[in-house]
Amino acid sequence: MIELRDATVTVRSDGGVRTLLQPTTCTLTERRVAVIGANGSGKSTLARLVNGLVLPSTGTVRVDGLDTARDGAAVRRRVGFVFTDPDAQLVMPTPVEDVALSLRRTVPAAGRDVAARAVLARFGLADHAEVPVHALSGGQKQLLALAGVLAVQPAVLVCDEPTTLLDLRWRGVVDELLDSLEQQLLLVTHDLAAAARADRVLVVDDGAVVFDGEPGAAVAAYQLLMSARPV
Amino acid sequence: MNRGSASASAGLLGLYHPGTSWLHRRGAGSKAAALAVLGLAVVVLRGPWWALGLLAGIVLLAVSARLPVRTTTRALVPLLVTALLVGGYQCWQRGWATGVEIAADLVTVVLAATVATATTSADRMLDALTRALGPLRRVGGAPETVALAVGLMLRAVPALMRTATEVRDAARARGLERDPRALLVPAAVRAVGRARATGEALAARGIGD
Repeated sequence: MIELRDATVTVRSDGGVRTLLQPTTCTLTERRVAVIGANGSGKSTLARLVNGLVLPSTGTVRVDGLDTARDGAAVRRRVGFVFTDPDAQLVMPTPVEDVALSLRRTVPAAGRDVAARAVLARFGLADHAEVPVHALSGGQKQLLALAGVLAVQPAVLVCDEPTTLLDLRWRGVVDELLDSLEQQLLLVTHDLAAAARADRVLVVDDGAVVFDGEPGAAVAAYQLLMSARPV
Repeated sequence: MNRGSASASAGLLGLYHPGTSWLHRRGAGSKAAALAVLGLAVVVLRGPWWALGLLAGIVLLAVSARLPVRTTTRALVPLLVTALLVGGYQCWQRGWATGVEIAADLVTVVLAATVATATTSADRMLDALTRALGPLRRVGGAPETVALAVGLMLRAVPALMRTATEVRDAARARGLERDPRALLVPAAVRAVGRARATGEALAARGIGD
C-alpha cells in the first residue's frame, strides 16, 4: 500500500522556490495504478517519491507502513523502479553481470551466477547473457532492466514511462509482462491504452493530481486537458 | 575458441568474457596480486629483452585464457598503434633499445589488465575487492561501497570509450571534427551525466544502501 499525506516537492531555482508537486494526499491500494499527464506535469516526481529517489519537502510518503524519508533502504528493498531509458538503469557491461549485481543483496556468492542466468532465462534473455549490453536492442535492454529489478522480487514496482522509447512490438512485450506481474504496479505512462487497463488512474497537471478515479473517466479528463494548445 | 565468441565481444578493457579456462577459474584477488607484481617487474627489469620476454609471457597468458582472437585483436589495434607511435618516437630520440622497451612495456601492462578483467566477472571482482577492503570497517568505512565504486569504474571503461566514439561522430556530422571543444566538452559532460545516472540507478535499485 502506498500512502501520500500532504506530500509536496519543492526545489530551489533561480533564487526562488519552485514547486514540483503540490500537497498531495492519496492512498493507493489497487494492484494497477496508472499516472498520466503532460510532459513536465510532475508524474515522474510523484513516481520517484514512492521509492525514495525523491524525498518529500513536506508531508510523508509511506510504502507498506515504511516512511521513505526514515526507512529509505527498507523502502528501496520493497519498491523496484524502472526508468524510461534502460541505458540509465543498466550499470554493468553484460546482462548476467547486471542481474548478478541486483542479486548481491539476496543470493550468496556461490549461487549468484546460476541464479542470474535463471532470471535471464525467465525473461527470455538466456541467449544474451554475455552479449555486451550496448549491443542489445532497446526492447531487450528494457526487458533486462525489468529483469534486474524483478530479480529481487520487490512488493511494488514503479515504472516511469517504460515503453516510451520502444517500438510497437517491444511495447507489447513489456505491456504483457507488466500486466502479468503479481506486484502492485505504479505505471507512469503516455500510453492511454495501458492506462485504460489500470484499476485506478491519477491525472497529474502542473504539479497536482487533478483527477483520481476509474480509467475511462480519467482518460477523458486527461484528453480534455490536452485539448488546449501548449503555452 | 571459447564459447560465445559470436555473441560476446571482448573489449579492450573492462568487459568480461565468460569462459572455463584456468585463468577464469583463478580468484580475482590472485589476479590483482599478479597484476601488481607484473607492474613492479615492468619497472624493475630494464632493457628491451626483459620487456619482450614479459610481453611474450603475457601474450601466452592471453592465448591460454582462450579469449576470442578476432575481437580481442581488433580491440587491441588502438593500443598497438599508440605503442608503435610512442616506441617509434623513443627510438628516434633515445635509441632502439628504449623505444622497444617502452612500447613492449605499454602493451604488456594493458594486455595483462585486459586479460584480468576479461576473465573475471564483475560479481567476483566486487567480492574480492570487498574482502580486500575489509580493514576499512575498523575506521568506519564501508568496504562494499568502495568496492562497488572501484568495480564500476573498471567496468565503465567500455562505456566511456563508446561515449568518446559517439561524441566524435556527432562532431564529424556537424563538420567540427577538428574543433577540440566539440570533442572534449560534450565527452566530459556526457561522462558526468553517466556518472549521475549510474548513481541514481544504483540508488533506485537499493544497491549500496
